Amino acid sequence: MSLSLDEVRHIARLARIELGDADATDTLAKLNSIFGLIEQMQAVDTRDVEPMSHPQELAQRLRPDSVTETDRRDAFLRVAPQTEAGLYLVPQVIE
Amino acid sequence: MIQASLTELAAALGARKISSVELTTLFLDRIDALNPTLNAFITVDHDGALAAARAADARLAAGTAGPLTGIPIAHKDVFCTEGVRTTCASKMLENFVSPYDAHVVGQLKAAGAVMLGKTNMDEFAMGSSNENTFFGAARNPWDTTRVTGGSSGGSAVAVAARLSPMATGTDTGGSVRQPAALTGVTGIKPSYGVVSRYGMIAYASSLDQGGAFGRSAEDCALLLTAMAGFDPRDSTSLEREREDYSRALNQPLAGLRIGLPKEFFADGMDDDVRAAIDAALAHYRQLGATTVEVSLPNAKLAIPAYYVIAPAEASSNLSRFDGVRYGHRAADYTDLADMYGKSRAEGFGAEVKRRILVGTYVLSHGYYDAYYLQAQKLRRLIAEDFQRAFEHCDVIAGPTSPTVAWTLGEKNDDPVQMYLQDIYTIAVNLAGLPGLSLPCGTGAGDLPVGLQLIGNYFDEAHLLNVAHGFQQGTDWHRRTPAVG
Repeated sequence: MSLSLDEVRHIARLARIELGDADATDTLAKLNSIFGLIEQMQAVDTRDVEPMSHPQELAQRLRPDSVTETDRRDAFLRVAPQTEAGLYLVPQVIE
Repeated sequence: MIQASLTELAAALGARKISSVELTTLFLDRIDALNPTLNAFITVDHDGALAAARAADARLAAGTAGPLTGIPIAHKDVFCTEGVRTTCASKMLENFVSPYDAHVVGQLKAAGAVMLGKTNMDEFAMGSSNENTFFGAARNPWDTTRVTGGSSGGSAVAVAARLSPMATGTDTGGSVRQPAALTGVTGIKPSYGVVSRYGMIAYASSLDQGGAFGRSAEDCALLLTAMAGFDPRDSTSLEREREDYSRALNQPLAGLRIGLPKEFFADGMDDDVRAAIDAALAHYRQLGATTVEVSLPNAKLAIPAYYVIAPAEASSNLSRFDGVRYGHRAADYTDLADMYGKSRAEGFGAEVKRRILVGTYVLSHGYYDAYYLQAQKLRRLIAEDFQRAFEHCDVIAGPTSPTVAWTLGEKNDDPVQMYLQDIYTIAVNLAGLPGLSLPCGTGAGDLPVGLQLIGNYFDEAHLLNVAHGFQQGTDWHRRTPAVG
């Protein structure tokens, strides 16, 4: 398998990482080398193997539906790049 | 004092031969002198350390001290520390100060350990050399032109160069064991679920596990005992009784069955590493252990499977860094999508971006079955191989790394060459088993070689026992690099 430059740009868009033209070429070469390694997986017949998503296959633990957290809004907002009136600020989304 | 074990330090503190403030000052002075050369620490918290040391001295005076009270510790910069910045070695979090402590950090604070600072690492724990870092590579104290291993390179160096008596790390594919091997210290990664991941910045959530660095298995046992334990804030933390990981240290090793995976001893291991491993196994036989060949036929697929599963989980975990709630935000942008794209392009380093892109691709429409599902199926085959091997042995042994520490920059331009360095460690994470690396000899250039011990689930105390038995009769773990 070999990725194209357009596919790399598409993946970068999906991942929300801006990728300049110069970087795209180098990224393409390195990703293709990584996928060369990954392709070794395809040599194994795994038809009847159950996928393993987790080392300890436990059921999700549940807890009583009660408030356990205290209100630390100010502490959390303090680490944000831009806030106003208790809200996170982002560029206008809806015109 | 810098050569003392944790038990010796606790005894000296308890007998008031030294105060925690004096001990902490001793290590802070060493950091100030040697960190410019070694770059083991990203952040040193002089004031916080001395304040914690004074509080520890008060506990020691009041008779309420525990085994780690007053003893300095270094935390990998992946663990959130309230009030002290947590960078994950990334420009993305260059100025991030967490509003809360990681569970591990809180546990050690409660135990009275004194945090000296936060250690260097590969950015977001992605790397095997501690060169993928916004703060400059950490350097191996045995030869400062060489890598430390990674991703927990700074923590390994801190212990190796006696900048701290103990340190925390995390291990997703070998990130505690491999730097421990390359710097000549002991490091343990427990079974998945033993150490809470709360406040430990996530890389690959089904593989990430906190671990301990020390000069010896005995020290690692004390630190792991303080770190481990059920935490309801981590949904994968296991509800198990608290354990004393020191309890079995002195069990005799006569009759121990050591499994040697034939795949680990085939081609791929350097001759100097092989010689040191063989000598270590001979020592175990002298102690009454027997060795038996076992097979891990799917182990060779661990690296390809890992480089699907870990990037897939990383691409999801790292989507939280979008320049909105915390972390780097680009200065100029046109709209929200542009702000995301630029903030992430500027904030992440090259290897982190590559893994996010690989993960995004393997999870994207039409490719899920061929990559992610196939990798998860291989994961099961790899885990089952270990269970079959443990029918014939009590522990598995082999090299931690195929080579000794290599030269800085040597493998930096070829990600696949770097990935292949973790050939012996990654399968252990995929299976979720405990693994340990202990110094067992030296190779070319007098550089340390690590022996890896792998146990079955929750066999940490036994692994530490097997390592301790070796360290009772050898002094590889006492060698100290001449640095500075």
